[in-house]
Amino acid sequence: MKTNAIASLLLGTALALVASAASAQDKTVKIGALSDQSGLYADLGGPGSTLAAQMAVEDSGLTKKGWKIDVISGDHQNKPDIGSTIARQWFDVEKVDVVVDVPNSGVALAVNNVVKEKNGVYINSGAATSDLTNAQCSPNTVHWTYDTYMLAHTTGQALVKAGGDTWFFLTADYAFGAALERDTTAVVVANGGKIVGSVKHPLNTSDFSSFLLQAQSSKAKIIGLANAGGDTTNSIKQAAEFGIVKGGQKLAALLLFLTDVKAIGLETAQGLNFTETFYWDMNDQTRAFSKRFSERMKNSAPPTMVQAGVYSGLLHYFKALEALGGNPHDGVKVVEKMKSIPTDDPLFGKGSIEPNGRTIHSAYLFEVKKPSESKAPWDFYKLVGTVPGDEAFTPLSQSTCALLKK
Amino acid sequence: MQALYAQLLVGLINGSFYALLSLGLAVIFGMLNIINFAHGALYMMGAFCAYFLLNVAGIGYWPALIIAPIVVGIFGMILERTMLQRLAGLDHLYGLLLTFGIALIVQGVFQNYFGSSGLPYAIPDELKGGMNLGFMFLPVYRGWVVVFSLVVCLATWFLIEKTRLGAYLRAATENPTLVRAFGINVPRMITLTYGLGVGLAALAGVLSAPINQVRPLMGADLIIVVFAVVVIGGMGSIMGSIITGFALGVIEGLTKYFYPEASNTVVFVLMVLVLLVKPAGLTGRAA
Repeated sequence: MKTNAIASLLLGTALALVASAASAQDKTVKIGALSDQSGLYADLGGPGSTLAAQMAVEDSGLTKKGWKIDVISGDHQNKPDIGSTIARQWFDVEKVDVVVDVPNSGVALAVNNVVKEKNGVYINSGAATSDLTNAQCSPNTVHWTYDTYMLAHTTGQALVKAGGDTWFFLTADYAFGAALERDTTAVVVANGGKIVGSVKHPLNTSDFSSFLLQAQSSKAKIIGLANAGGDTTNSIKQAAEFGIVKGGQKLAALLLFLTDVKAIGLETAQGLNFTETFYWDMNDQTRAFSKRFSERMKNSAPPTMVQAGVYSGLLHYFKALEALGGNPHDGVKVVEKMKSIPTDDPLFGKGSIEPNGRTIHSAYLFEVKKPSESKAPWDFYKLVGTVPGDEAFTPLSQSTCALLKK
Repeated sequence: MQALYAQLLVGLINGSFYALLSLGLAVIFGMLNIINFAHGALYMMGAFCAYFLLNVAGIGYWPALIIAPIVVGIFGMILERTMLQRLAGLDHLYGLLLTFGIALIVQGVFQNYFGSSGLPYAIPDELKGGMNLGFMFLPVYRGWVVVFSLVVCLATWFLIEKTRLGAYLRAATENPTLVRAFGINVPRMITLTYGLGVGLAALAGVLSAPINQVRPLMGADLIIVVFAVVVIGGMGSIMGSIITGFALGVIEGLTKYFYPEASNTVVFVLMVLVLLVKPAGLTGRAA
C-alpha cells in the first residue's frame, strides 16, 4: 500500500514536470497549405505553394534551433464548404497552427472565419479580395501578396490615365470577381471614366465567345477582365481570335500570373499590361530563390507571385515565433507580434503589416514581352513602373476594418 | 437584334463540339452498350496529341486532323480489347464505372506532367483572321469548325444508317450469334466501332485545341454537358444526338446573352424537362 502511494506520487510529479516543461518551451508548429491542387488555380498556387512553405521552413533555420515544424497540404477544390471543413479539421484534429495560401476569394473568406474562431494564424497569399482586410478583417489574418484594391489602383488607374475612359467588365461570378469589379469601378469613376456595361460569367468557363461579343458591341475602349487563372487565359486567347484588340479595344488583364502568360503564349499575350508584386527575374535575390525553387518543381517552373508570397509570409511568421520564444498556438498574439516587426525578406523587400492585417510592399507594373524579346523559357515580363506600397494598397484612413476602431 | 444573330452563330459553333462528342458517345452506346465515361479524357488526348505532333514532330494542324484520331483511336481499341470486352453482357453500370476510372487515371497522369493551366496551340495560318458579317466578326476558324463537324456528323450518320457496313453493325448488336453465322467477325467489328467513336472524340479534341487551351481537364469540364445532350437526344440515337448537340449549343448561347449566370445549368434544366415529358429522350424509342 505504502509503496503504491509513493510510486503514484512519483509518477504524478514526473508527469507534472513533463507537462510544465512542454508548456514553457513548446516549439512545435504545424503549417497547413490549403490550395486548389488540381483545378484552374493549381499552377499559380497548388503544389508550388506547398513547396514554398517547405522551403520557408528550411530557410528559417528554426529546425536547427530545436523547433519541430511540419507542413501538410489540402485541396479545397475551389469550394468554400470544402475549404472551411478542411481548415476546421486541421485545427481540431491535426492541431494546425497556421493556414497559408488559400487562393479563391470565396474559399479564403470562409476559411477566414474558421481561423478566427479557432484562434489560429492565417497568412493568405492566394486570394485577391480586399474584404479580407476591410469589412471582414480579423485579428488572426495577414493578407500578404496582393489584393483587388491594389490591382484596381495600379493597372486600372494606369489604363484610365492612358486614355481608356470607357470600360466593360467580364467578371467571374463569385466573391473575387465582384470585389475586383467594385474596386476597379471606383478607380475608373474617380478618374473621370465611365462603366458602360458588364457581364458575369460562371467560374471555370471554357467558352467566352458570347461574353466577348457583348463586350465588343459595347464599344468600350477597355475590356476589364475581372477574372483569374484559366478564365483569364481563355478570355485573352479568344479575344484575340474575335479580333477585339485589332478592332481598337484594349484588354485590361486586371490579374495575370506568370503561369497564365505561359499558358497563353507570348504570341497572343505580348503587350498586355498588368501588375504583380513579385517576378522571379527582378534581382539577384529573387533569381537565386527562383532557381532553387524551380529545381525542385516537377515542371521546373519558377515561383508565381502567390507561391513567393507563401514563402515570404512564412519567413516573417517564423521571425515572430522566434521573437516570442515559443508557444505558437495563440494566433492573435502571434499576428500581433508579426505586425510589430517590419517585414524584410529577399523576395518582397522592405515593408510592414498594417493593423488591419494588410502587408505593404511595392507593386510593379509589367508588360508582356514580344516573342523576339524573350531570351529564356520563362523570360516574359518587362518592368514598366514601380508603385510604392503606400500608394498601391488601401490607406488606413479608407480601411473599413473594425480592428482600427479600438 | 444584331447581337442576337451573333449569339445564335456562336451557339452553333459550340454546338458542333457537343454534336461531335455526343455522336461518338451515341455510336458507342448504340453499338456496344457501353456508357463511355472516358470520352472526355479521350477528347483531351486528341488535343494533346495534336500539341505533341506540332511541338515534338513538327507536324502541323492538317495532318493532325487525321493522325490524332487514328492514334487515339488505336489507344481506344487497345482499351476495348484488354478491358471493355470483358464486360460484354454485363450491366451498363460496370462499363460506366470502368470507363470513369480510366478517365480519372488518364486525366491524373496528364495533370501530373502538364499542370492545370494548359498549353497554347496556334490557329493554322490558313484559317487565321476573320470576316465581318455585318452583325458580327466571325473568326474564320470558328466557321470552319461548324462546317467541318457538320460534314463529319452527317458522314458518320450515313455510314451507320445507310451503308452495308452499318447494316452489319446494327445487325451484330441485335443478334451477334446470327451475324457470326454469316461469317462476320463480330468482336473485330465491335473493336473497330469503339475505335471510331473514340476517333470522333479525338477529332473534336484537335478541332478544339486552337480555340480552348490544351488542358488535362478540358474533357472533364465538357463531358457532363455532352452526356446531357445524349440523354436529351435519346441514348444511342445517332441523328438525335447530332441535332440535340447543335440545338443545345444555340440554347446555351442565348442563355449567355439573356441571363449569363444560368448558362452552366440551362442544359440540365432542359434535360429534366425533356425526361419528364419523354423519358426515352427526344428521338429515343422506349425500352
